[in-house]
Amino acid sequence: MYTAEFDYKKVSSVADALAALKAHPDAKLLAGGHSLIPTMKLRLASPSALIDVSSIPGLKGIRLEGDVIVIGAMTTHRDIEHSSLLKDKCPILPEQAALIGDPMVRNKGTIGGSLAHADPAADYPASMLALGAKMKIESSSGARVVTADDFFVGMFQTAVAEGEMLTEIHIPANTKSSAYEKFAHPASRYAIVGVAVVKHADGTTRAALTGAGASAVRLPKLEAGSISSLVSAADLLSDNFASAEYRAHLVDVMAKKALARV
Amino acid sequence: MADKVPITLTVNGTKHSVHVEPRTLLVQFLREHLSLTGTHVGCDTSQCGACTVHLDGMAVKSCTMFAVQADGSSVTTIEGIGEIGHLHPLQQGFWEMHGLQCGFCTPGMIMSAADLLQHNAKPSEAEIRHALEGNFCRCTGYHNIVRAVQHASGQIQNQAQAADD
Amino acid sequence: MAEKMFGKALKRVEDPRFITGTGNYTDDIAVHGMVHAAMVRSPYPHAKIKSIDSSAALALPGVIAILTGKDLVGAGINPIPTGWLLPDLKISAHHAIQPEEVNHVGDIVAAIIAETRAIAEDAVALVDVDYDVLESVSLGSTALAAGAVQVHPEAPGNLAFDWTIGDAAATDAEFAKADKIVKLELRNHRLVPNAIEPRASLAEYKRAGDEYTLHTTSQNPHIHRVMIGAFVMGIPEHKLRIVSPDVGGGFGSKIFQYPEEVIVLFAAKKVNRPVKWTARRSESFVSDAHGRDHETVAEAAVMNDGTLLALRVNTIANLGAYLTTFAPAVPTYLYGTLLNGTYKWKAIHAHVRGVYTNTVGVDAYRGAGRPEATYVVERIVSTVARELGMDPVDIRRKNFIQPSEFPYQTPVALQYDSGNYEPAMDMALEKLGYKALRAKQAEMRKQGKYIGIGVCTYLEACGLAPSALVGSLGAQAGQWESALVRVAATGVVEVLTGSHSHGQGHETAFAQVVADELQVPVEHVVLVHGDTARLPHGWGSYGSRSAPVGLSAITMACRKITDKAKKIAAHLLEASVEDMEHVDGKYQVKGVPERSKSFFEVALMAHLAHNYPADLEPGLEATHFYDPKNFVYPFGTHLAVVEVDADTGRTKLIRYVCVDDCGPIVNPLIVEGQVHGGVAQGMGQALLENTVYDASGQLVSGSYLEYTMPRADDMVQLEIGHTVTPSPHNPLGLKGIGEAGTIASTAAVANAVIDALEPFGVRHMDMPFTSEKVWQVIHASQLAQAADD
Repeated sequence: MYTAEFDYKKVSSVADALAALKAHPDAKLLAGGHSLIPTMKLRLASPSALIDVSSIPGLKGIRLEGDVIVIGAMTTHRDIEHSSLLKDKCPILPEQAALIGDPMVRNKGTIGGSLAHADPAADYPASMLALGAKMKIESSSGARVVTADDFFVGMFQTAVAEGEMLTEIHIPANTKSSAYEKFAHPASRYAIVGVAVVKHADGTTRAALTGAGASAVRLPKLEAGSISSLVSAADLLSDNFASAEYRAHLVDVMAKKALARV
Repeated sequence: MADKVPITLTVNGTKHSVHVEPRTLLVQFLREHLSLTGTHVGCDTSQCGACTVHLDGMAVKSCTMFAVQADGSSVTTIEGIGEIGHLHPLQQGFWEMHGLQCGFCTPGMIMSAADLLQHNAKPSEAEIRHALEGNFCRCTGYHNIVRAVQHASGQIQNQAQAADD
Repeated sequence: MAEKMFGKALKRVEDPRFITGTGNYTDDIAVHGMVHAAMVRSPYPHAKIKSIDSSAALALPGVIAILTGKDLVGAGINPIPTGWLLPDLKISAHHAIQPEEVNHVGDIVAAIIAETRAIAEDAVALVDVDYDVLESVSLGSTALAAGAVQVHPEAPGNLAFDWTIGDAAATDAEFAKADKIVKLELRNHRLVPNAIEPRASLAEYKRAGDEYTLHTTSQNPHIHRVMIGAFVMGIPEHKLRIVSPDVGGGFGSKIFQYPEEVIVLFAAKKVNRPVKWTARRSESFVSDAHGRDHETVAEAAVMNDGTLLALRVNTIANLGAYLTTFAPAVPTYLYGTLLNGTYKWKAIHAHVRGVYTNTVGVDAYRGAGRPEATYVVERIVSTVARELGMDPVDIRRKNFIQPSEFPYQTPVALQYDSGNYEPAMDMALEKLGYKALRAKQAEMRKQGKYIGIGVCTYLEACGLAPSALVGSLGAQAGQWESALVRVAATGVVEVLTGSHSHGQGHETAFAQVVADELQVPVEHVVLVHGDTARLPHGWGSYGSRSAPVGLSAITMACRKITDKAKKIAAHLLEASVEDMEHVDGKYQVKGVPERSKSFFEVALMAHLAHNYPADLEPGLEATHFYDPKNFVYPFGTHLAVVEVDADTGRTKLIRYVCVDDCGPIVNPLIVEGQVHGGVAQGMGQALLENTVYDASGQLVSGSYLEYTMPRADDMVQLEIGHTVTPSPHNPLGLKGIGEAGTIASTAAVANAVIDALEPFGVRHMDMPFTSEKVWQVIHASQLAQAADD
């Protein structure tokens, strides 16, 4: 039950967080903790220090800035699920948030923590790609903005480099219609396959897949109008519950269901 | 050993200022430091929900946060939501509807259901089942747990009705 | 007239402590000076322990001691024995800590004792064990194959036992007469019990008196005392007290004596401090005894009119690495004897081979052998119906044992004493609206929607068990139960029972029976269980025995109290005992209510003995040891309806009807609760739960991230009914209900899934019906169809 020992530092600004990261190179940032703490309890991760960034003012909340929705990285799944701004301007996120974990997980877990963890079976990465979201990443040398397409690098790997931190998610407020269809693992309830489809006001459609492979990817064939054989099984994960072949099939099924709703 | 960290938190209305090891989980703090053993541990992967408590009014899994993260917060456990003679409607509902057998999952189940009823006073059966996704019970098949939550929901509405009249 | 409590849906008296968080589970207990244990477990399924270097761990501040298998063996600690001996059973020593060789992932190689749990867990990572990794085997049939890896030298070919029941020649003769032989190969997969409370043990040792106390999560504290005390550690029974306080579910997994219990007892004396160990869930997965794990070939000989002639069953039972307490009994006497089901088979022959593998031990899990047998019988009967073009209901009706035929001697040893199967089936069919649903099913299929209806008309034998009988079959235990009913001077009734409640509501249901028997208010009855220092010897709770055996003992003890109370009252009233009656809570001269004594007056005088019969002992308490004359035979019909999404293969339970006959019902709330939970576990096996060892012997499904526990949204509200056929041989006619739900539902749900898949040509598939498996068969059928077109 116990994690290995670690030093705990609670910070109240991004600058302090980045300074602490510099001081403890193998430290981890602690947001909601719902990806990190279970891993630490199984002693699969034993960082020497945790930097608690959950209560940095300004990193929590959802606001509209012109035609961009800005979501602070420390915004909880619950806040996303119940946000009237998002329900109006970006309904795929509340739809997805309601499918994450369970109510207790949603009450603590954060979008920033989830995205930075980049679990291949997490839900948000699909919508981030389909929405054309951008991630604001800060470091002691300043801030940079990365598109979702460049953010998800691989399994548990993102564009966030050592010494950096994800602080905001920027989403164009141009959703015309959207849908997320998830086929969940019956035990973990993580996505075996999750397909997000977003029709944008400019007439384009973006679609993306999570769960099936090592990291979330766009679905170019679907975006081009195809509805079958959207992905090759060769590119997908295979495990005890779902083979790559089955996942490939589910991608088509979920895509069809999502398309029917947009 | 990592330095102990001073924290202040309120548990069931009582303020505690203590020093804890950073790795002390909130559930261990409640059970081992405060002897509030009503909150249980049923797994080590954050699935079973037996450890559910309220943190500033919201249900959380106390096995998936460190006590230091609760610094400055208010925690409510099963011991704090009602007592014999003044039971919470959910405690009453679980008793009336035989919503428990071995009782081990019950505190977490009640704390989760309380979170549900706070923002959805009249949930449908499907909503109740969905809301309890994070709580495992091996004894009841959930049949009477669903009925217990429905019973409590009815009680809360009756109380609200009575208050209106 | 006092209100009759029997049959009343009384709210449980144990609930107030559970709903307020004031229950008292083993891990809730903390005592002065307590230290903590953590186990170093093998990461390999099979390996020789070459050396253990614990110097780094011992150097960690706060670590008090590190125990190895050699320490225990050196101190004369014996292996943990099995409690059921079959002829020629091959037994390999099950050491609490392995001194030389590990035989499954999770086997204990060392134990850390430290000041805190955190330090103990830190130290686990610092123990350096050098293993010589060996080849391993995890599947029963693979272990039996020629040239297989040898798990234990004591069991050549990995065969622990080779057991048969029934008449092979008679079975062959029926097969020769048959119009048709229907064969099924079935895998009843392995399950992890997963009581939500992880196992926990707290040992205390008192040097004065050389006495031990073990608080532990046990369904049967006296079995723990005799097994660990007498057999493992050589502690006289009166110097080992076992307390099993509130227990958070058992389902069989807390019957057995586990290594950690021995380790904390040994450590408590060694370090002279109380020692606690509580399992992490990931430890539970690799250390709690698992359930099921059969590979079976079954053949039914039948006539074209649907008459069932004979059944031939060949089963490989995977026992895991070690034989736990009841392991040899579960796939034999609790399985083979149940293969008759509710039908009039003319002959049955079963051959069971128990096999060692490099996996966690397999023992009783809710139903224990009976769900496995019911699965075989009910799957094959439904398959016969399908192949003869009969309705699964009709074939059952045609072959049921009729009410006039009891007592009924089956071809597999049991003599059923009572039963009436058709009314239960008819009630279930009516509740479901069976015919209409069949019509709807046909309609839906035309629209590409697939539901299935599964029928299971189960029977079980429970209420374990007549002691002489089980003794003749190899049990190293009696199976009677004890009760001590003690009336205080104030009239409060203390009931001490050898049965153990770990969720079953004994404090309520037992009190209801006592209240009626003694005609006292139910709130004056207090139940005591789970403490060997307070109770007469008892055998605990498993095998649905608490009501038929434990409560029978209590009833008989109450009747002794009433007999004695009548004598005291007669003396006080200067009447003859023969003239006394027990009415309305009073002992009165027949027909003369004004000449009466209250229960309180009698109880008080029994304690004072001032004005008292000369030939009567003072006091008012009675003990009864009740040994049942037979098993009891609950039965019923369960009907499951599932829906299969042909696009994804996802299969969901959408309706569930069950009609059970457990005899007279003491408390309908509790009885129905038992059914609800049992059904969820059977549904869980059929649709969700799977225990997977990979090719290297690792338990892949070793956490709730992989092992699918039934959740609220996997279940539906059950539609429940009852019929009442009393057991003819116990005082209240009670039968058991604890396991019935699981015994029936696994087969009911499985039959429903196979029924749903009929349009795809599926004759049989093994459980669990996880999405991909179901989709694969649908997909294959669609491909074949496309090729034909």
